[in-house]
Amino acid sequence: MDINRNFTGEQILLRDTIRKFAEEVIKPKARELDEKEEFSVEITKQMAEIGLLACFLPDKYNGCGLDYVSYIMVVEELARVDGSHAATIAAHNSLGAGPLYYYGNEEQKKKYLPKFADGYLWGFGLTEPEAGSDAGNTQTTAVQDGDYWVLNGAKIFITNASTDITLGSTVLACTGTKPGGKKELSCFIVENGTPGFTTKAMKNKLMWRASNTSELYFEDCRVHKDNMLGKRGDGFHQMLGTLDNGRLSIAAMGLGNAQGAFETALNYAKTRKQFGKPISTYQATAFKLADIDMGLEMARNYLYEVCRMLDRNENITKEGAIAKLYCSELAHMASNHCVQIHGGYGLMKEYDAERFYRDQKLLEIGEGTSEIQRLVISRMIGCFDV
Amino acid sequence: MNILVCISRVPDTATRILVGPDGKTIDTQGIKYVISPYDEYGIEEGLRLKEKNGGTVTAVTVGSEGSTDILRTALAMCVDKAVLIKADTHKDSYFVAKNLAEYAKEINPDIIFMGRQSVDYDSLQMPSMVSEFLGIPSVSVVSKLTIADGKATAERDVEGGKEIVEASLPCIISCQKGLNEPRYPKLPDIMKAKSKPIETREAIQTDEKVTVLGMSIPLKQRAGRILGDGDGDIDELVRLLHEEAKII
Repeated sequence: MDINRNFTGEQILLRDTIRKFAEEVIKPKARELDEKEEFSVEITKQMAEIGLLACFLPDKYNGCGLDYVSYIMVVEELARVDGSHAATIAAHNSLGAGPLYYYGNEEQKKKYLPKFADGYLWGFGLTEPEAGSDAGNTQTTAVQDGDYWVLNGAKIFITNASTDITLGSTVLACTGTKPGGKKELSCFIVENGTPGFTTKAMKNKLMWRASNTSELYFEDCRVHKDNMLGKRGDGFHQMLGTLDNGRLSIAAMGLGNAQGAFETALNYAKTRKQFGKPISTYQATAFKLADIDMGLEMARNYLYEVCRMLDRNENITKEGAIAKLYCSELAHMASNHCVQIHGGYGLMKEYDAERFYRDQKLLEIGEGTSEIQRLVISRMIGCFDV
Repeated sequence: MNILVCISRVPDTATRILVGPDGKTIDTQGIKYVISPYDEYGIEEGLRLKEKNGGTVTAVTVGSEGSTDILRTALAMCVDKAVLIKADTHKDSYFVAKNLAEYAKEINPDIIFMGRQSVDYDSLQMPSMVSEFLGIPSVSVVSKLTIADGKATAERDVEGGKEIVEASLPCIISCQKGLNEPRYPKLPDIMKAKSKPIETREAIQTDEKVTVLGMSIPLKQRAGRILGDGDGDIDELVRLLHEEAKII
């Protein structure tokens, strides 16, 4: 189908702009930054200049006011070229800016949101060493002491939380026990540099090596009560809401990765000759490419339809999970075929195939594993209501 | 300053061009269009000049309704005004130059930017023709520009080196790669571009001086292959003629 189908003129211009930017600014440096495992402040600032750090925030917070369809296009186009930079943008907007914008009070929003357009990042401290899929089992505690809350604990795998341009993170902590015995969870705004709060970049990653992933440590870290996000005990609900929307950006990264891997594989297959003919003319290769193309058509139509639902404020709990699951598994298939079609060269760092292959793996794990997505879907279709 | 930038809509350089059924025009089906890359330097230089000295930047193009796309892009890059001079079919350089010149006479710009050439038809005539119609200087293939005291000082790329020239304003600057790095439109400006007006006017009909008789795409030269010189190679030759060349 026409790639411009069902998009407005502005959305098409937006996509073409981001594609050009990604090709010209990110692509020439992507391989080297990945190899050196280096987060680029310079490229992040360039991304900020065209508005990528404030995608869906409204004008009054210096944002671009994008609808969700447009925002997801941005993420897809970045991921088509490089997973790391797409991750920086997707995590910052969906998980960093998202909770502050949706759950923060006006004072909090005014304090932090306008700075994002100037090139500052925000993290989302959810996952802990002992609380991954079981996020309700958060071990980090916050105990009230007068006007302050005292935080203790640790977070892990937090994107964008320890760069030189990170302002702070939203942190989920246990603030007590609910009447039923379940943990009461609340979110706190914690600025980098707050005494008792330290961050450390995690190294030796398989994928997204040019994005920043961090550990956060809280040792008697005192946070003023005004820094609580929303109401006490709202943390779990806020987290789930954030992840529902965040899933679409992971889906976009899957779609973009699959598109990039597809184009890389198709170009290679048409020029690589074996037994006297381009390998794209052998069915063994051609059918792989046909399968990816079929997946791309399905994924693109579905994902953007879910974005339109979100733009209409419809509930997307199930659809978001399906989009995330389908697009990430498509990326798995596409990048795997991409390496296979490249043969031995696909295993070498001189080619982009291996980076697509490594970068896709996170998508089946981050923001809810594929298993959790299947759990969400099976719950929504009533499997357990018997 | 009153700055005019003339832009042209061309097929994306990555597009594969095919000749249309009439043999005289390109097949436009499925083609993605962009602003001619050299024209982007013109937009950027115009914007920078405005940011330094104040004024307005007007982008103008002669083309079909489809050319509103490139005017929207120019608006997203923050030109102040966009004008479409409507001509439904492809026109020759003389026709386009005449229309651009007539428009320029109307708004009386201090400086006119355009690409050194448009990368579709490559006729390289626009700057000279427009300057002739307007009776103003034209400085071509400019890779560095300074405007001061009513004069333009330009560095031109010439074979194997640079030439520095001076011209009085108003003048035409034809832009070369290296003049600047065109900006990417900012996301909020892209979203605002749709609400900005595009002035559309009918082209002034005038003669065309050049007629396209035909177009062709160079045939791919294929290297010959020698299979061998023994009787045993004949079977292979027959197989290739049958299966690959499909002529027997």
